[in-house]
Amino acid sequence: MHIVVCTKQTPDSAAKLTVDAAGKVSWGDSPIVINPWDEYAVEEALLIKERVGGNAKVTVISMGPEAALEALKHAIAMGADEAIRIWDPAFEGSDTLATSYVLAKAIKKMGDVDLVLFGKSAIDSQTGQVPVEVAYRLGFSPLTYVIKIAELDPAGRSITVERLLEQGRQVVKAPLPAVVGTIKGINEPRYPSFMGIRKATRAQYPVWSAADIGADPAKVGAAGSGVRWTRIFPPPAREGKAEIIQAGTVEETVRILVDKLMAEKVI
Amino acid sequence: MDFSLTPEHEMVVRMVRDFAEKEVAPYIKEYDRAHKPFIRAIERMAELGILGICIPVRYGGQGMDYISLGLACEELERVDTFLRVVMSVHVGLNSLGLLQWGTEEQKRRFLVPQARGERWAAFGLTEPGAGSDVAALAATARREGDVYILNGEKMWISMASLAHNFLVFARTDPKAPPHQGITAFIVEREMKGVTTGDIHGKLGVRAGSTGWIAMNDVEVPVENRLGEEGEGFKIAMSSLDNGRYTIGAGATGLIRACLEASVKYAHERRTFGRPIAEHQLVQQMIARMRRDYEIGRLFYLRAGWLKNQGIRNTWQTSLAKWFATEASFAAASDAVQIHGAYGYSDEYDVERFLRNAKGACIYEGTSQIHELIQAQYVLGYRQDKPLRCELPAYDPEEWQQ
Repeated sequence: MHIVVCTKQTPDSAAKLTVDAAGKVSWGDSPIVINPWDEYAVEEALLIKERVGGNAKVTVISMGPEAALEALKHAIAMGADEAIRIWDPAFEGSDTLATSYVLAKAIKKMGDVDLVLFGKSAIDSQTGQVPVEVAYRLGFSPLTYVIKIAELDPAGRSITVERLLEQGRQVVKAPLPAVVGTIKGINEPRYPSFMGIRKATRAQYPVWSAADIGADPAKVGAAGSGVRWTRIFPPPAREGKAEIIQAGTVEETVRILVDKLMAEKVI
Repeated sequence: MDFSLTPEHEMVVRMVRDFAEKEVAPYIKEYDRAHKPFIRAIERMAELGILGICIPVRYGGQGMDYISLGLACEELERVDTFLRVVMSVHVGLNSLGLLQWGTEEQKRRFLVPQARGERWAAFGLTEPGAGSDVAALAATARREGDVYILNGEKMWISMASLAHNFLVFARTDPKAPPHQGITAFIVEREMKGVTTGDIHGKLGVRAGSTGWIAMNDVEVPVENRLGEEGEGFKIAMSSLDNGRYTIGAGATGLIRACLEASVKYAHERRTFGRPIAEHQLVQQMIARMRRDYEIGRLFYLRAGWLKNQGIRNTWQTSLAKWFATEASFAAASDAVQIHGAYGYSDEYDVERFLRNAKGACIYEGTSQIHELIQAQYVLGYRQDKPLRCELPAYDPEEWQQ
């Protein structure tokens, strides 16, 4: 069983975003980490590997420049078997359409992939589009918002998952290979182990270029992207107002609070 | 000279920080308020391998270096001092003492389960009447055939009521000069005549366990004697070189915690129409915290580097411990000052930082003892003599075997 996890490097969630007059977005000197949502995908892949046993393999990939190594190292330190960075200067400026093309090409090159796992979305751009696009390009079953992998039958080539939707949980059975978008709550990601940390700092991280994956230059980078950036500006700062309710008793405080919330149509 | 951390060190820092922030920080106030030992956190440190971080793999540890130990202590004490205290006694004072002085058989029997976190370890040197004045030790060990009979009481022992193995010091030769008649023993909780209890009413480190050990005719087999008879004082002092290292590193983390809390609050809180961060006298306190954090870090990392090289580091470690503990108390006091009345309540963390900082200025050599140590080295009254067993230098290959 070969499981591929797609990861992305993002700024730390505590980073402060700034946009300068020229529209350049900066995260300052915030450390670059593995996209926090992707940790759930890596953990799920490791859990499946532990459950399935045998010759199950977890490969982590990331499309990105040198900084993407941090995400890959983190995944190896958690216990993934192999990590490949996919990068070429031609990939610069890729939107989700171009990114999914590159990832799908890389996965196709691996050949024997049964399952592709993603985090819900990346905390920087937050589109959540790439998993479905990759599934479409590969012809794999697209399964998003997955809170539980209920059953995995590699021999019978099927997977059953529970999707967490606004209306409730939806149970879906689909054929393998599949693309699974995991969400928070599917598991509790493990910390990297000390042994994993040592492995991660000594591991080789091959880089696949556009030529290595046989990518058409017209379909990658800004040229292969559908999104055009016309203007980039920071959102206006939110105006916040705090009010402390002080009444004689807890009951009275709650009554005032409820009245105010109803007046504001919050409840 | 290279001041950078290795990628391995950076990943260790992130991993330990994540653990402390996710699994300890959200609950620490509750345990501290209740004076309740946070046992689950110690169990998790055991599961994650933190309790055996710098012990070679063949002795059940994780095979990281001594700098990793220091970095882990900084991250742990940044969240709460009790976490670092566990490291000081379990790893610094006890396990590294076994690594340095233990026979192969003793390492297999005692160090392996300790490094795996299956058995927790403590250090029994201090007594009701003997702290910094180690030579005043009154506990006795009388040899009778293949066993020693231990009697006496140990006081202010971290992890006393939780640990399974104790490195205990007792007088084997009452006639010998005070420093020479002391011997070290590995006492196990299961041994008949061992009782322990907690000390209540502590100023700080309330989520940790501090207590006493009473030994009443405890039969300790000769195989549990660490080192030779009469070698106890040297073993105690070299264990303190390791325990103090963890304290220096941890106290540096406490300064960082004070700095981070103060910077955040100084930006948020406004007085006289502007954030208090813009007031010069607040800036002065913050600048001092930055200065002391950087000095504390340089001091402990140098001590860690010396340990990695297998070079004696008694005065450098003493300096790191003395400086960082005093500076952490000052930083915590200033952090309370910056927080004003809010800092005086347990709504914020800084009052806990202040209470937690004081203990480390007292244990493992009071600040005054360290001041004397520094003067004695500089004046030439004190020199390091070679030991029969030295702490092994870190060897990245051998540590993995």
